[in-house]
Amino acid sequence: MSGARLELDGVGKAFRGLRAVHDVSFSVPAGTIHALIGPNGAGKTTIFNMIAGVYVPDAGTVTLDGRKISGLRPDRVCDAGVGRTFQIVKPFRGLSVLENVTIGALHQRPDLGEAREVAASLLAQLGLHDRRHQLAENLTLPDRKRLEVARALATEPKVLLLDEVMAGLRPTEIDVMVAFLRDLNARTGLTILLIEHVMRAVMALAREVVVVSYGEKIAEGTPQEISRHQAVLDVYLGEQEMS
Amino acid sequence: MKLIRRLTDGVPSRALWALGVLLVALLVAPALLGKYGLSVLILILYFAFVGQAWNIMMGFAGQLSLGHALYAGLGGYVAAGLFFHYGLGPWAGVFVAVAAAAAAGAIVGYLGFRFSLAGVYFALLTIAFSEFTRLAFDHWEWAGGSGGLFLKVDSTVDVWNLRGGPLLFYYLILALAVGAFILCRALLESRLGRYWLAIREDAEAAQAVGVPVLRCKMIAVVISAGLTALAGVWNAFYYNNLFPETAFAMGRSIEITLAPIIGGLGTLFGPMVGAVVLTGLGEVFTDASEYFHVPGMKQIFYGLALLVIVIYRPAGIWPWLAGRLGIGERRP
Repeated sequence: MSGARLELDGVGKAFRGLRAVHDVSFSVPAGTIHALIGPNGAGKTTIFNMIAGVYVPDAGTVTLDGRKISGLRPDRVCDAGVGRTFQIVKPFRGLSVLENVTIGALHQRPDLGEAREVAASLLAQLGLHDRRHQLAENLTLPDRKRLEVARALATEPKVLLLDEVMAGLRPTEIDVMVAFLRDLNARTGLTILLIEHVMRAVMALAREVVVVSYGEKIAEGTPQEISRHQAVLDVYLGEQEMS
Repeated sequence: MKLIRRLTDGVPSRALWALGVLLVALLVAPALLGKYGLSVLILILYFAFVGQAWNIMMGFAGQLSLGHALYAGLGGYVAAGLFFHYGLGPWAGVFVAVAAAAAAGAIVGYLGFRFSLAGVYFALLTIAFSEFTRLAFDHWEWAGGSGGLFLKVDSTVDVWNLRGGPLLFYYLILALAVGAFILCRALLESRLGRYWLAIREDAEAAQAVGVPVLRCKMIAVVISAGLTALAGVWNAFYYNNLFPETAFAMGRSIEITLAPIIGGLGTLFGPMVGAVVLTGLGEVFTDASEYFHVPGMKQIFYGLALLVIVIYRPAGIWPWLAGRLGIGERRP
């Protein structure tokens, strides 16, 4: 797997007149890690859902390596090479951890045995190997987050969308996840866009950060630039300390 | 060979032996059982078969159909009608019957899935279509209207026209039940089967990993309806009569769902185990109510028994039984 370039151009979405996202443009070059941050309700997940095909944008386009993917169904977007996790985790609860990831792997490998091998190797990389025969519903939240990542990766995406996968993890666990993602990106050139509130992870991973507030992009730049950006500080003041 | 290996992969050898013994026992059973025993076994296999067919939709793909009588009734009527009016033998007519039921399933499925009717709302749609069809057949002269359609009862055995006694129908329904069991195992161990399970667990997450949800659900309803139509054809030629009031009855649809629910939704053995338990209980309570001369006793105790099973074994009898036997067919 290798990364693709993800580009959003003037993307907007309103729900019954309520403007959730307005005229957001940014691009993530192939093989880089970018972060999407902003206060709660800023429209980050809505942006993800437009990329992943859950919502059709009212305006603008999303392209992957120049090919338009906005307006496609979620499974078609997955075919095009976008993998995603859900902020509110959605494991296949009644299935084992291994089967969860196997189903993701079946996307590229129709053979069940082969898919299971891919899944087992991913679970080992994410430290879920010992729990592979447990039902997904019995996992703790941090493990479910890891499961989300493993399942998305199993589809062998070119772009990975991670929606708050660090939330609920302990600092040491965050470091492990950061190391895993950095290694994955270095090894495979996978493009990663992450929504994250954990600044420790954003600072460690992202080459560039896009900041949204009230549905609009208010800043974009390297983590260092962003942490000094006045508009960003205004938005975050009293909400969260930038570390 | 490869197919056999795939089907038996991961199955403990003693489970395979047990299955083999069970199959042999079923093959020789008619020689050992009397007329009554055979009729009970026929009922068991019938419910095991339709249960398996219904389980594809509910147990595997998670789509609740409470209108499966539609497919059984339609299948039966089409094959019986073609035979009655045009002398077309059931071995040919069955293809038309299955196609008709599959088409009906595709229509119901498309309307439900395309417009995202889920859970009980989808179930209501299936009930509605079953009821529409019942009303239509009530007024359709070709199919005999509300007076019913009757096939000539003939005691000579004629396999090509499915004329014959219980023995013929016993082996037919046994073949169907075994075939459906193998088919379901093969489906479950395929990409499509795993995609069904994913949809059952979480359709949105399934779609995010590339599962074409609508297409997979459509395949489920078409296969399920087609198999159910086979049961309908069998039913029509076994009983030699069809009435809209019974063929498309709500009760008929519910009856189809009971064996897999009691036996264990989404498991391969659930429909069989459920059929054995339910048919067995039904017979016992029927005998008891005759013995004690208490009419209605059967229904009350049958209902109570269902209640007890559902309360104490909400996942069905089979998952618990399998655990006890150490075979452990988990809901995959």
